[in-house]
Amino acid sequence: MENAVGEVQNILVLGGRSEIGVAIARELLTPSTQRVMLACRQPGESREVEASLARNGLRVESVSFDAADTASHAGFVDNIVEGSGDLDVVILAFGVLGSQEQCDDDSQSAVKIAHTNYSGAVSIAMEVAKRFRQQGHGRLIILSSVAGERTRKANYVYGSTKAGLDAFAQGLSDAMVGTGASVMIVRPGFVHSAMTTGMKAAPFSTTPEVVAKLTVKGLRAGKRIIWTPGILRWVFMVMRHLPVAIWRRMPMG
Amino acid sequence: METDFTTSRLTGWGRTSPSSARTAEVSRGDVSEFIKDSNRRGVLMRGLGRSYGDAAQNAGGVVLTLKGSAHEAVLDVDAGTVTAGAGVSLHDLLKVIVPRGFFVPVTPGTRFVTVGGAVASDIHGKNHHVEGSFGNHVRRLTLMLADGTIHEVGPDQNPSLFWATVGGMGLTGVILDVTFSLIPIETSLCTVNTIRCRNIDVLIEEMSHGDDDHRYSVAWADLLATGSRLGRSVLWRGDHTKLAELSSKDAAQALRYEPRHLASVPPIVPSFGFVNKLSSSLFNELWFRKEPRRKEGGHKSIPSYFHPLDAIGSWNRLYGAGGFLQYQFALPFGREDELRQIIEKVAVSKTASPLVVLKRFGASNPAPLSFPMPGWTLTVDIPARAEGLGSLLHIIDEMVMQSGGRHYLAKDAHTTPLAIRQGYPRLDEWIQIQRSVDPDRRWQSDLARRLELI
Repeated sequence: MENAVGEVQNILVLGGRSEIGVAIARELLTPSTQRVMLACRQPGESREVEASLARNGLRVESVSFDAADTASHAGFVDNIVEGSGDLDVVILAFGVLGSQEQCDDDSQSAVKIAHTNYSGAVSIAMEVAKRFRQQGHGRLIILSSVAGERTRKANYVYGSTKAGLDAFAQGLSDAMVGTGASVMIVRPGFVHSAMTTGMKAAPFSTTPEVVAKLTVKGLRAGKRIIWTPGILRWVFMVMRHLPVAIWRRMPMG
Repeated sequence: METDFTTSRLTGWGRTSPSSARTAEVSRGDVSEFIKDSNRRGVLMRGLGRSYGDAAQNAGGVVLTLKGSAHEAVLDVDAGTVTAGAGVSLHDLLKVIVPRGFFVPVTPGTRFVTVGGAVASDIHGKNHHVEGSFGNHVRRLTLMLADGTIHEVGPDQNPSLFWATVGGMGLTGVILDVTFSLIPIETSLCTVNTIRCRNIDVLIEEMSHGDDDHRYSVAWADLLATGSRLGRSVLWRGDHTKLAELSSKDAAQALRYEPRHLASVPPIVPSFGFVNKLSSSLFNELWFRKEPRRKEGGHKSIPSYFHPLDAIGSWNRLYGAGGFLQYQFALPFGREDELRQIIEKVAVSKTASPLVVLKRFGASNPAPLSFPMPGWTLTVDIPARAEGLGSLLHIIDEMVMQSGGRHYLAKDAHTTPLAIRQGYPRLDEWIQIQRSVDPDRRWQSDLARRLELI
C-alpha cells in the first residue's frame, strides 16, 4: 500500500534493464519499500541492477517477462500478485528504439518495434489496469517520449509507437478516474542512456536521474502528464505547429 | 435480498492515500447479508471516517457503514450505563445524555466518532491519566463474527476476544452494539485552570505534579518555537463543574447542551492550502499570547473545552489537495529526554501546523493493540506535502522504537510494519486471536495490509 506521503511498498519495473525505469524505482525507494521487481526477458540480465538497488530490508527480484509475448501477460500479472500481493507502483519502461535505416530495408523490423513498443505495452497496461481495478488502488507510470509528440524522419517508427502509446495512456488515465488507481504519463526528451549511446544529443537533453526525480515528484503531486525536463512542454507547444518544410529540416538528426 | 453497493473513493480525515471500495450503508439486521457478498478483498466497517489515515479503507473490497440512532440508545440511569448501536455518534449521544446528567466516559478531540469506532480504536481523551481509555469503560458488546454468528463479549465474558476487539481496528468482527458506563455530571460546564508554560521542561514538570488533581488535562504546544522556548505550551486542566459552583440563575439551566456550528470550510480551498510556515507561526504566537500566565476556575462549555474544532465543519480542507497527516506516538515515562529530542527535530524542520497536543497518559488496559501506555503522547498535524516529511518521520519512528514507544493505529498514515511490531510486543498474541475468529480473512483494511496486521 501507499502511505500518506506517497511512499510505496511494492514496485514493479516492466523493462528491468531500462535505465529510466530503474532510476525511477531507485528514486521511489524509502524505508517503507519492501520489494522491487525487475521484469525483463532474461532474469539474469538485471543482476547488476539488482545489486545496485540492494539494501537492508529490501527484496530485489527479477522476474521473466517478454513484452512481445502478449499472450503471457495475464498470467504474468497473476503470478506477481500471487507471490507479492498488491502492486503499488508499476513502471512501464520497456521499449526498443531500433534503427530507422534497418526498418527502411526490412519492414519486419518496423513491425517488431511496433509490436513491442505499442501492442506489448497496451497488452500489459490493460492487465495491470484490470488488477488495479480489483485492488482499488495502484499507480501506473507510462514512459512515453517527445518523439511521439511530433514524429521526425530520423526515428518515425519508434516515434509513432510512442505517439500511439501516449494516446492510449491518456485514455487509460481518464478511464481509471474513480477506481482508486491512476495512470501518469512521462514524456522525456533526449535521455543520455544505453539506448542513445553514440547518438548526437538533442537540445534540452537530460539524464535518467533527472527524469526519475521529476517523475516521482509529479507522482506525489498527483500529476497526469509530466515532461522532462519541464521546458519541453513549451518547446513542443511551438514545435507542434512548425510548418512541415521547417520541421523536416530541423537539425536534430 | 439484493445487496446494493456504490463504488466510492475513500480516504481518512487526513485526505491522503485514497483507495476505492464498494460501499453501502446497512442496518443491523442486514449486516450478515452484506458480508456474505464480499470477494477476496474482504469487508470492513467504517464509522464517520475520522481516523486520519487508512484505518477505515479497504481497497477493492467492501466497506460498510452501520446505521444507528441515538434515540434508540438505552440509558440505564441507576446503573449509569448506556447501550448504543455501534453506528451512533458521540455527537448524537451527547445530545441525549447530557441533559439527563451524564457524560461519555472518554471523548477524543472530536465528538464526530461512532461508538463502534471508539471501541475499535480504543480511543483516549483528556482524562486518560485517571480513567484510562474507552475500552476500560465497556461492560459488554455484541460482536458479529466472520461466519455471521453473533456473540456477547466483555471483560468477564470471553475476555480474550473482547480485548482483541478493543483497539482491534475492526479486524475481529462487526461491533453491533456496546454497553458502557457514563460519568454522572451535575452541570454541562467544565471548570478549567490555565497555565502557560515557557518551554517543554516546565510543561513536563507541571504535568508530572499537578495532573492527578484533575480529571482532565491536556496541553497545546508550539512546535515551531526553538531554543529556550522549545515546546512552549498552554496547559488546560479541568473538572466537571459542580452545581454549587453556579449562580442560581445559571443553575436553572445547568445541563443545557447546545453545540454550535460556526462555519464550514468550503470545498474550494486552493490546492496548496492555507496551512504553511507563516500562517502557523503567526497563529502560534497569537494563541500563546492570548492565554493568561495562570488562571484558575474559568468555566467552559463541553463543546468549547472538549471539541473546539468541531465548530468548524470540514476543517481538514484547510490543508489543500495534498491533505495532512496526524503523527501521534507515545513514549514511556523516563524517556523525557527523547521526547525533547523529537520535539526539537520537529521544531527545527518547521513543518508542524498549530495543531499539536501533549498529554500525560495513565495506566494501559489489557488490550494487546491498545495504544496508551504510561508515559507521554505527542500529536502533531503536518501537511502531507511538506518537503522531506517522509524521511523526517522515518527518523522519528526510529527514535520512538528505540525509546520503547509506539504509534497510534487510528492516526497512522505513514509508519512501517517493523515500527508497529516493535511498538506492540503483543501483536502476535493478537494475530493469533484474530486468526482464530477469522480464518478465511474476511476482515481486511488498507491499514492492516500496509502494516501487516493480518
